[in-house]
Amino acid sequence: MAWMAWTWPTAIFFLTIAGLLITFTILALKFPETPRVGVLRIETTRGDRLFITLLGSAFINLAWLGLVGANQPYALIVCLIYAAAVFRWV
Amino acid sequence: MDKTVNQKAWFLVLPVLILVAFSAVIPLMTVVNYSIQDAFAGEFYPLDDKLMWFRELLEDDRMWNALRRQAIFSATILAIEIPLGVFVALHMPKRGVWASVCLVLMSLPLLIPWNVVGTIWQIFGRVDIGLLGYTLDAVGVDYNYTQDALDAWVTLIVMDVWHWTSLVALLAYAGLQSIPDAYYQAAKIDQASRWAVFRYIELPKMMGVLMIAILLRFMDSFMIYTEPFVVTGGGPGNATTFLSIDLVKMALGQFDLGPAAAFSIMYFLVILLISWVFYTVMVNLDKREGN
Repeated sequence: MAWMAWTWPTAIFFLTIAGLLITFTILALKFPETPRVGVLRIETTRGDRLFITLLGSAFINLAWLGLVGANQPYALIVCLIYAAAVFRWV
Repeated sequence: MDKTVNQKAWFLVLPVLILVAFSAVIPLMTVVNYSIQDAFAGEFYPLDDKLMWFRELLEDDRMWNALRRQAIFSATILAIEIPLGVFVALHMPKRGVWASVCLVLMSLPLLIPWNVVGTIWQIFGRVDIGLLGYTLDAVGVDYNYTQDALDAWVTLIVMDVWHWTSLVALLAYAGLQSIPDAYYQAAKIDQASRWAVFRYIELPKMMGVLMIAILLRFMDSFMIYTEPFVVTGGGPGNATTFLSIDLVKMALGQFDLGPAAAFSIMYFLVILLISWVFYTVMVNLDKREGN
């Protein structure tokens, strides 16, 4: 594993994503997903919305880094608001 | 008929999962790890500012310029190849020996490996020995793809059109073949014009395959490396340095693994976003057709 050059921040990052995936798998098993049509006018399931949230969060973080350039953790607050919006309206 | 539900079937996906883990997930994780560290002589050192490479790339013009060139290139070849491919497909014979001959001839460029295509055009365009370059020079056109940025661009675009228009044409042709004759007969009864037939029968029926063609051509051109590398090497200057050429220069030329990893992640995110958009549009088109 040395060649992969692991660090704690990246390990936590991937564990979080793995945790999210496992959580949503269990949720999907317990409460089967029902697709619905939201503001994007496309059918999305819970898993789709998670994907949209994660991908969007990556861009939010990059935009924050490029435009604000400081206090990166605050970008996560924007991501959480975005996530709530996605799960509510998309 | 009721289908048997057996969740154990998921285990059959396991081999693919393992394969994808080795070919994609683990390398991607490694790239993420590299992107927040400084590589020097085979060792990795932590950065004080963990996001330094991302910050530098976002502030520097280099990546933005490569992205701009890439976007222009992809947009140009799509704007040429898609209409041209549809045009060719519309004029191909529908059946008989000539249909087969056309299909074989059309698929020839697709069978040539990328680096060979690059070499063909590299020599073809040379002013001293290449047929194209020599002829253009002889008739008085000032053409030299190694020195003039516009010439280099034209050469690359013509090369890509030559290489890949057949793919679009073949897909469009397959789409056209699947339209039942009844549609055309109905159009004839209504005295529909040629344009109306194309606009209201052929185009809607081709939409599904055309989306696939656009997606394939977009992804391929967005990740293009071998052909421009062989023909122009990214030059003259940086005129044809597309994203992957710039990335390889950074990762292997300068051996800047950290910045190159950050570059890769952003490149990957853009591709992921665009693929998702295309995929969603495609799936929704299918659903609308189904209804």
